[in-house]
Amino acid sequence: MTDTLSVEHLNLTFENENGAVLALDEISFSLARGEILSLVGESGCGKSVTAMAIMGLLPPGSAKISGSIRLGPTNLLDLNEAELRNVRGNRIGMVFQDPMTSLDPVHTVGMQIAEVVQRHRGADAKAARSRALEMLDLVRIPDARNRLQAYPHELSGGMRQRVMIAMALACNPEVLIADEPTTALDVTVQAQILELIGELKSELSMSVILITHDLGVVASTADRMMVMYAGRIVEEGPVERVFSRPSHGYTAGLLQSLPGYGSTLRSHLTEIAGSVPRLDHRNPGCTFAPRCRFATGHCNAPLPDAHEIGANHRSLCIRDTAVFEAISNHEIVRAWA
Amino acid sequence: MAIIESAVPSHPVGPLLRHMGRNRAITLCCLFLIVLVLLAIFAPVVAGDPLKIDPAHRLSSPEAGAIWGRDHLGRDVFARAVYGTRVSLLVGFSVAILTTVFGVAIGVYAGLSRIGGAIVMRLTDAMMAIPAILLAIAFASILNAGLLTVIIAIAIPEIPRMVRLVRSVVLGVRSQPHVTAAISIGTSGLALIWRHILPGTMGPVLVQATYACASAIIASAVLSFLGVGISPEVPSWGGMMADARSTFRVQPVLMLYPGVLLSLLVLAVNILGDRLSDTLDPRKSRRTSL
Amino acid sequence: MTGKPFLSLRGISKTYAMGPARLGGPVRNLHAVDDVTLDVLPGETLGLVGESGCGKSSLARMIMQLEPPTSGTMVLKGRDPAELGNAALKEARRDFQMVFQDPYASLNPRMRARAIIAEVLRNYRFGTPDQINARVEELARQVGLSAHLLDRFPHELSGGQCQRVGIARAIALKPRLIVADEPVSALDVSIQAQILNLIVELQSEMGLTLVFVSHDMSVVAHVADRVAVMYLGRLVEIGPSSDIFSRPLHPYSRTLLAAVPRPVPEARQRHASARGELPSPLNPPSGCHFRTRCPLATERCSAERPQLRSIEGARQVACHHADADAVGVHVTENLHA
Repeated sequence: MTDTLSVEHLNLTFENENGAVLALDEISFSLARGEILSLVGESGCGKSVTAMAIMGLLPPGSAKISGSIRLGPTNLLDLNEAELRNVRGNRIGMVFQDPMTSLDPVHTVGMQIAEVVQRHRGADAKAARSRALEMLDLVRIPDARNRLQAYPHELSGGMRQRVMIAMALACNPEVLIADEPTTALDVTVQAQILELIGELKSELSMSVILITHDLGVVASTADRMMVMYAGRIVEEGPVERVFSRPSHGYTAGLLQSLPGYGSTLRSHLTEIAGSVPRLDHRNPGCTFAPRCRFATGHCNAPLPDAHEIGANHRSLCIRDTAVFEAISNHEIVRAWA
Repeated sequence: MAIIESAVPSHPVGPLLRHMGRNRAITLCCLFLIVLVLLAIFAPVVAGDPLKIDPAHRLSSPEAGAIWGRDHLGRDVFARAVYGTRVSLLVGFSVAILTTVFGVAIGVYAGLSRIGGAIVMRLTDAMMAIPAILLAIAFASILNAGLLTVIIAIAIPEIPRMVRLVRSVVLGVRSQPHVTAAISIGTSGLALIWRHILPGTMGPVLVQATYACASAIIASAVLSFLGVGISPEVPSWGGMMADARSTFRVQPVLMLYPGVLLSLLVLAVNILGDRLSDTLDPRKSRRTSL
Repeated sequence: MTGKPFLSLRGISKTYAMGPARLGGPVRNLHAVDDVTLDVLPGETLGLVGESGCGKSSLARMIMQLEPPTSGTMVLKGRDPAELGNAALKEARRDFQMVFQDPYASLNPRMRARAIIAEVLRNYRFGTPDQINARVEELARQVGLSAHLLDRFPHELSGGQCQRVGIARAIALKPRLIVADEPVSALDVSIQAQILNLIVELQSEMGLTLVFVSHDMSVVAHVADRVAVMYLGRLVEIGPSSDIFSRPLHPYSRTLLAAVPRPVPEARQRHASARGELPSPLNPPSGCHFRTRCPLATERCSAERPQLRSIEGARQVACHHADADAVGVHVTENLHA
């Protein structure tokens, strides 16, 4: 399998008057052609910032970035703003959480899709329009011809998100980044959109980065997952592998804190104590150690690099065996075994 | 975008002061205003007699006794400009205060009462249909001449603007979850308004008050320029400009001094209002850097 | 059902008059809540579930006397709070309190945590400032908020800490009923478990009756004794939570439950998304509101509104076709076809 996108040793620091905040710490991963890679984590873990870094959307002044983001042979970090604009929307498409704020309320959706095609592909107005119609059909919008004339407010949330996907895919990008694409949607609509993303991935053989906080979304949609915590990738691997052998204290904590799996009515949920740490005062060891039930004194010492747990399955956790032993009986883990 | 849910202890006044220290525009405007206020208060110390007529030195160039020269009656232009500051500032600040007090009271009422709100809104619509300066001229000519008249005449057309603004802000604040929460724990009446609704309106009100102040300064100059309101011998920037009009070809600087002062003052007040509204919002205070 | 209900709603409706769709058009009515009748027993947790616009939050606000119902009556502790005068209503509010969805926005940004909790005590003349202060600190301990956090403003607290302040405020007067409107949906997964545990603990300690509004089925399954499912303003199914989650009878309940992405391997195969999207609440389908998306719909469903009827003892369903078990099989087939 060839890698469409590969990120290596990405470090990102935000500087403000109160000092430097290390938002991304040695992020390395690759995205194969035709796979859905899911970035999982809580707010502030760096999953959205990773997407912004790939898209070149970080504020230029305050963000210090190092490492490389390769799309094919090009390192996106070497590109200037004009070249980046040609990558965004053309070679990498992006879908955001809230489709209403990402669409222009005063233009019809047909015009907005056509504009993307015209800008990046230099297509004439007529070709762009027919491409827009084709895209609306592709994302299964019923009665697409008439919907070209619709304004965003005339569409439901699910339809708007379909339009966003159509826009993101209009130029046949190699990579689609979907940042919490279904968080603002209702459950029944969420299922439809996830299904659509999965189908389009196969049809167009594109690569997808799916950012979410919902392990259910990961399990039902993604091929591979990366669990992020406080700017680091703490565990990554194929979805079946990670769920069947959780190997980081944080992954285990996330699984155990889900209500409804192995818990009975109003039983005590295993919570992750405390809250997300501040990124400007990090300890040299495991950033999760202060909240981790499995932590020992060794966890506060500088950590070795992520080690292989199994095929393509890596974890930063030095206590991975203890973690797995403790959680191996959990309902979700057993379901995947 | 939330980078991190950080929890940093902070002191509410600290950021304000630091922000002001960092912000050159605010510092400059404040300094300028302070200088003008001091000039206005200590006018007798700083400047000579603004009323003394000296026909022998009419339209004379700057000299030791009158550093900005003399006007068509031989009066000291610098002294008149300094004393004129008094009128401008007094009118500006008084109108701002009057507008805020009445505008907020009526606006909050209009925002909370359905029927009362509808009536108040129609009244403000009617008042706003008449140009403010016309309304001010009308009031100024009905009432007795004097500073108080000018202040009232300018404040009355300003109040509807404030009422409208406050009402729309109150309508927004009222539906915020924290206000709902306050109602659900039994907070009502004045306590609800004072603690939960008014603080949320202060940012926009402050900005509007500074605009009212700025436009009142201009309006008072216009009234003096037109010769309505304050009697002509009381030194005011508008009056000075009116006087300078006749001698504009001979001594154009006479127009320039009060004109530039007026523009700078209005500019300073406006900038201050804009920037302060950002600073005073507790949620924005940490983020804004201008 | 046994025992006298703590709260009963009889035919509660809420209609909002919306502006006409175009100038001079007819005024449109939005039936946010449509003829809801239900009882809440003392000490139980009633889960209220449904998608956006189903009226669950509106119903919560009416129970809290934050807005009056357009029609219908409510009995809380033997009287209808809507008939009370201002002073009596304020007194009655001691018994029912609310926990809000957005932990940050439901706290006054200009007040410190201490003042926020103290306000409710002062409103009800709890005692001297010292007594109030002591009670605030006791409440903070009870909700697991360290005392030093009491002197912070909401924006200096994390989401979980803000929600703890909100809960402390709600329990300050030792109410009998807590209406929790999506209390954990704005929180990160790890914090969700903390807050759920806290709510469950407080409930058993204080013998609270709980109305728990949520769109998250697994959360409701974890806390609720009984569940009421709403769709477009109407109650479509109500019954013991174990029954509803294991064998939902109303086709909508089935759709809703099937759509929840679950972190289990079956989620990868089963794409059981519902057909279509939520119709506009301004112009709902005639008869049964769900018929446009329902695999069982017949002509009767468009002609006649299904009434809530008892089925299998404690369960109630508003569906013409929810009887036979054979029908249940049919639904599942349709959904998964």
